[in-house]
Amino acid sequence: MEFFLEVLIGGLLAGVMYSLVALGFVLIYKASGVFNFAQGAMVFFAALTFVGAQEKLGLSLWAALAFSLLLMILLGVLTEKIVLRPLVNQPPISLFMVTIGLTFFVEGLAQLMWGTKVYPLELGIPDEPVATTIESLGLSATNLPTVLQEINSFDLIAAIVAGVLVAGLAIFFQITKIGRALRAVADDHQAALSIGIPLKSIWAIVWSVAGFVALVAGLMWGARNGVQFALTFVALKALPVLILGGFDSVMGAIVGGLIIGALEKLAEVYIGPFFGGGIEIWFAYVAALLFLLIRPEGLFGDKQIDRV
Amino acid sequence: MFYRESGQLKTSYQEDQALLSITQDRIGLLLILIGAFVLIPLLASDYWFTAILIPFLVFSLAALGLNLLTGYAGQLSLGTAAFMAVGAFAAYNFELRVPGLPVLVSFILAGITTAIVGIAFGIPSLRIRGFYLAVATLAAQFFIPWLLVKVGWFTNYSSSGVITTQPVEIFGYVFDSPVERYLLVLAIVSVLALLAKNLVRSNIGRAWMAVRDMDVAAEVIGIKIMRTKLIAFGVSSFYCGVAGALYAYVYLGSVEPDGFNLDLSFRILFMVIIGGIGSIMGSFFGAAFITLLPIFLDIIINDGAALLNLKLAAGITSVMQLLVFGGLIIFFLIVEPLGLARLWQITKEKLRLWPFPH
Amino acid sequence: MTENILNVNKVSLSFGGVAALKNVSFQVEEHKILAIIGPNGAGKSSLLNVVNGVYKPQKGQVIFKGKTWKNVVPYEAARSGIARTFQNIALFKGMSVLDNILTGRNLKMRAGLLSQAIYLGKCQREETNHRKAVEQIIDFLQIQHIRKTPVGRLPYGLQKRVELARALAAEPELLLLDEPMAGMNVEEKEDMSRFILDVNEEYGTSVILIEHDMGVVMDISDKVVVLDYGKKIGEGTPEEIRNNQEVIDAYLGVAR
Repeated sequence: MEFFLEVLIGGLLAGVMYSLVALGFVLIYKASGVFNFAQGAMVFFAALTFVGAQEKLGLSLWAALAFSLLLMILLGVLTEKIVLRPLVNQPPISLFMVTIGLTFFVEGLAQLMWGTKVYPLELGIPDEPVATTIESLGLSATNLPTVLQEINSFDLIAAIVAGVLVAGLAIFFQITKIGRALRAVADDHQAALSIGIPLKSIWAIVWSVAGFVALVAGLMWGARNGVQFALTFVALKALPVLILGGFDSVMGAIVGGLIIGALEKLAEVYIGPFFGGGIEIWFAYVAALLFLLIRPEGLFGDKQIDRV
Repeated sequence: MFYRESGQLKTSYQEDQALLSITQDRIGLLLILIGAFVLIPLLASDYWFTAILIPFLVFSLAALGLNLLTGYAGQLSLGTAAFMAVGAFAAYNFELRVPGLPVLVSFILAGITTAIVGIAFGIPSLRIRGFYLAVATLAAQFFIPWLLVKVGWFTNYSSSGVITTQPVEIFGYVFDSPVERYLLVLAIVSVLALLAKNLVRSNIGRAWMAVRDMDVAAEVIGIKIMRTKLIAFGVSSFYCGVAGALYAYVYLGSVEPDGFNLDLSFRILFMVIIGGIGSIMGSFFGAAFITLLPIFLDIIINDGAALLNLKLAAGITSVMQLLVFGGLIIFFLIVEPLGLARLWQITKEKLRLWPFPH
Repeated sequence: MTENILNVNKVSLSFGGVAALKNVSFQVEEHKILAIIGPNGAGKSSLLNVVNGVYKPQKGQVIFKGKTWKNVVPYEAARSGIARTFQNIALFKGMSVLDNILTGRNLKMRAGLLSQAIYLGKCQREETNHRKAVEQIIDFLQIQHIRKTPVGRLPYGLQKRVELARALAAEPELLLLDEPMAGMNVEEKEDMSRFILDVNEEYGTSVILIEHDMGVVMDISDKVVVLDYGKKIGEGTPEEIRNNQEVIDAYLGVAR
C-alpha cells in the first residue's frame, strides 16, 4: 500500500509537469481555436534561451529570465502576426499543420541561436527527498508520514509553481478586463469583434501569456532533465493530457495532467514488467485513445452539437 | 499555344472521362515513362540510384498513401512511419517464415497486413475528427515500433532489433545492382500510382472527398461515413505498408524499428503538404522536393562555408534543415495551400496561351 | 384517394430540455408538394432533420412508404429514397460540379474497390452510364456551362441549383428542400420554382419545401403546414392557410 502511494504521488507530481505544458495549449486554443502543436517547441526554445543567455551572453539568472521572457513574448506576437493571422478562417486542420511547420522552425531557430549541445539548468532547487531537504534546513522530519518524506523536493516545488501559475492565470482571466475580453473572444470571435473588443491585441496577449507559460514549463523541465532536444518529445505528452481533459478547459489541463502522470507511472510499475518495460513511451497515448472512444469531448470539454 | 485542348473534340462520355484526355498530356506521360524506364537507367550513376532516385520513389509511394488519407479523405495521420514499419517487418516475416514465397507476394501481403493494422488504428476516426485524430494516430506512432522491439519474434530475435532483408528475387532473378533495384521500385510505384489515380476518380474517391468536405451532407446522400473512412485508412495503409517494405528491401537493406520514428512521419507529411494536398502527382513533387532539399542544403552550406572560410558549428546542417523545412511548410500553407501540384496546374494554364498574351 | 408517402406522427424533439418540436403530425401525399412555413426558429429545419434521420425524435414516429422507422440514420433514409438540400449550402467545395452530382449517385454504384482501382471494364462502363444519367439532370437544370467548374467558385444561386442536382441524381421519391430560394433574386426564384414543379411533374417526386417567400409557397404547393414554436398551428391548402386566423396572428403578432 505504501509503495502504491509512493508511485501514485510520484506520478501525480510528474503529471504536474505535463499540466504545465498543456496549459499553454489550452490558452491558445481557447482564444483562437488554434491547436498549437508548437507549444512543445516553445518550451524548448524558452529553456534553451534561458540557459543560452547565461552561458553565451554572460547574463545573470534574473537578467536571463527577463531576457527569455522578452524573447518569448516577441516569438508569440510574431507567430500570431506572421503565421496565424494570414490563415484566419482556414480549416482547423490547416492551422494545425502550420503549427507543425512552426514546431520545426522554432526548434531550428533555438538551436541556431544557442547551439545544439545539452545544457544543464540550475535553479538551485534541491533534487532530493523532502526529508533530506527539511533536515538540511535544520528541522526534523521524523513526524512526517514516510510516504511524504520520500517525495522529491523538486517535484513538490514544481507542483507549487504550477499551482501558483494556474491560480494566477485564473485570477488574471476572471477579474481583469483583458480576461473578460478573452473569454468573450473564446466564445465567439465575430460577436466579440462587433462589440469593439480589439481581437488582434487580445490574440497577441494570449500568445505572450502562452510564451510565459512555456518559459515556466521550460525552466521546470530543463532543471529536471537538462535542456536538450528530447524536451520536445516530453512536451508531446501534453497531447494525451489534452485529449483527456478537453482542449478548451484549463481545469482539464490540470486534472488531465495529473491523471496521465499517475496512470503512466502506475502502469509502468504494475503492468510494465509483463511487457518488458518501456511502456511509458506509448501508454499515455493509448490511454487517451481509449478514453476518446468513450468520451470524445474530454472530461471537461464542451460537447459539440452538429447543426445542419 | 502548344499546350491546349482546342480542336480535340470528345464525342463520348468515356472519352471525356479518360485519364489523359488531351493529346499533349498523353505525349507528356509517354516521354516521362521513356525517360524513367530507358534514359535514366542508361545515364544515371550508382550514387544517383541509391541516394536519390530509389528513396525518391519509395517516399513518393508513402506520400501517396498518406495523401489518399489526408488529402482525399481528410483524415490527418501522424503515424505514417509506424505503418511503414508494419509493412517492412511483415514482408520480412512472410519471407522468413514461408520459404519460397515470391517476394512480390510478400510485398502485397505486407501491404494487406498494414491495411488491417491501419484500419484498427482508424477506428477512432469514427468518433473524433481533425487534430484529435492526429493525436490519436500518435498512439500508433509510439506503440508500433515499441511492439516490434519488445516482441522478439518480429525481428527474428535479433538482439539489436536490426533486420537484414532477404535478397529480392523474382522468378529466379536477383535484383541486386542499383539500376535493377531502381527499375523494380519504379515499376511497382508506377502501377500503384495508376491504381490510386483510378480510385480517386471513381466512386470511392468521390466518397472520400465528400466526407472530407462535409461529412454530414455526405451521409445524407447515402455515403456510409464509417465504411468510407475505414476504406481510406485501409488503402492508405496498404500503400504505406508497401512503401515500408520497399524502404527496407530495396532502399536500405537493413532496418530497425526505431528508424521508423515520428521524424519520418513528419517528413512524409511535409511531402504531402509541399507537393499538394489531394493530388497524386503532388505526392511525387513533394517527395522529390524533400529528398533533394537536404542534399542541396548540405552542398550550399558546406561550399558556402568553404568559400567564406568559415568554420561550421557541429550539427549546423540539421539545424538548417529544421529551419528550412519548417519555414517552407509555413510558407506553402499560407501562400499556396495546394502546393507544387497547384503551381504546376497554373503553369499548364499559362502554357495554353504562351507565347501569346491572350 | 392517393397514398401517403410520408406520415409524421406526433413527433416531439428536444435538445437538452429545449423543445424544438412538440407533438407535430402531418402527411405528405404521393406526387404532391408540401410546404412548411413558420417564423425563424419554429422548428422547420429540425422537422426535416427528423424526417431524414439526422435527429432522432424522443417521441412519435416517422412512417415512410408504409414502414415505421426505428433508429433510422441518414444513410438508410437516403437508401429508401429520401434526398435533401440544406439551408446553408452543403456542397463538397473541393470538387467539380460534375463530381458533386455524381456523388449523388453513389448508392447506385456497384463496382468493388478492386474493380475501381483497375477501372477498365466494369467500373468504366458504370462511370459512363452514371455520367449519362447525370448529364440529363445537368441539361434539365441548365447548368451545362459549369459542369467542370469547382463549386467553390460558383455564385450562390448556381450553387443552390447544383445542390438540387445532386439531390435529384439519387432519383429520390421524396425530396426535402430547406429554403431552396433563400437569398435569390426574383428571376432565380422563378427558375427554381419551375424546376421544382418540373421535378414534381416529370419524375413524380414528392416534395417537402421550407420557404419564407409566401408568393412562391402559395403558387407551387399543394398543401401547407404552419409551425410556430415547435407546434403545428395550421394545415391546409394555400387558400385555407391564407385565411387562417391563428396563422395570421403568428405571423403578424397579436395584442394579448
